[in-house]
Amino acid sequence: MASIYNLFVINKSGGLIFYKDYGSTGRLDTNDSLRLASLWHSMHAISIQLSPTLGCTGIEVLEADTFDLHCFQSLTGTKLFVASEPGAAGVTALLKTIYELYADYVLKNPFYEVEMPIRCELFELNLLQAIRKDKYSVGNR
Amino acid sequence: MPPNSRPGDAVFANVERVNAELFTLTYGAIVRQLLTDFEEVDEVNKQLDTMGYNIGIRLIDDFLAKANITRCSDFRETAETIAKVGFKMFLGVTGSVANWNADGTECSLILDDNPLVDFVELPETCQGLYYCNILCGVIRGALEMVSMRTEVKFVKDILRGDDAYEMRLKLLEQVPEEYPYKDDD
Repeated sequence: MASIYNLFVINKSGGLIFYKDYGSTGRLDTNDSLRLASLWHSMHAISIQLSPTLGCTGIEVLEADTFDLHCFQSLTGTKLFVASEPGAAGVTALLKTIYELYADYVLKNPFYEVEMPIRCELFELNLLQAIRKDKYSVGNR
Repeated sequence: MPPNSRPGDAVFANVERVNAELFTLTYGAIVRQLLTDFEEVDEVNKQLDTMGYNIGIRLIDDFLAKANITRCSDFRETAETIAKVGFKMFLGVTGSVANWNADGTECSLILDDNPLVDFVELPETCQGLYYCNILCGVIRGALEMVSMRTEVKFVKDILRGDDAYEMRLKLLEQVPEEYPYKDDD
């Protein structure tokens, strides 16, 4: 089973606008999640500058001993990233699904203020479903 | 190579749709209400543009998430993508791009068919109104979110007796995406 530990969404200025744990591993408290988000934002930006590859758009995957970090940056500058168990498959596709959910349930909510923290129940609900479904389908592969 | 009309069709087949009359009538009601509230036609044009801008800055992510397109290499490709994929996805019609200026920063987006105006006849009192001005705002807002400051305005409007809907799209500035941003200097 491909397990997602947690999901982060950061806006284009590097502020954490959404954080959620999915499972009992690697839970972070509010301070740590904020710290990690701003750290990642800066590291991502630096990686673009340091990369020897022309037209590099930043770190996509970071593999550590105890987790993998998968990052997706949209052309508008919003970054979504998840920490998953090492070697988890299909996370890139999951991130794309999450981006679609973000476009639907966050940005189309007329009461959501752009760039501000996300407090949208429909988003969380659909997110949970997508992550569960993904976990199930990957587990059956 | 500019994208052909196929990608637009593929996306259009996958997005959820609403009844065209509901859409057209809702938009009509909004324009009527603005005319009642602001009285001045120029002010209504401005309001429609602002409303469109606020839609555009959100809608761009929906477009990027669902249209399966990659980064455009230049402004020409951007204009083509708006006309062929963007209009198709959100309006159900395909536009065309024409009248480029010499340095490739200004062009016209042309719509022959426009579902917003299906039942509309402009009365004498609203002659200065750009009924579909919301579209200009949407494009401006969406492009601003992908680092392009633009100016978009209607130059031809069938409701005002022209032969097509033509929006003039002008690239003012390409804001660099790299760090440091200018305001950090």
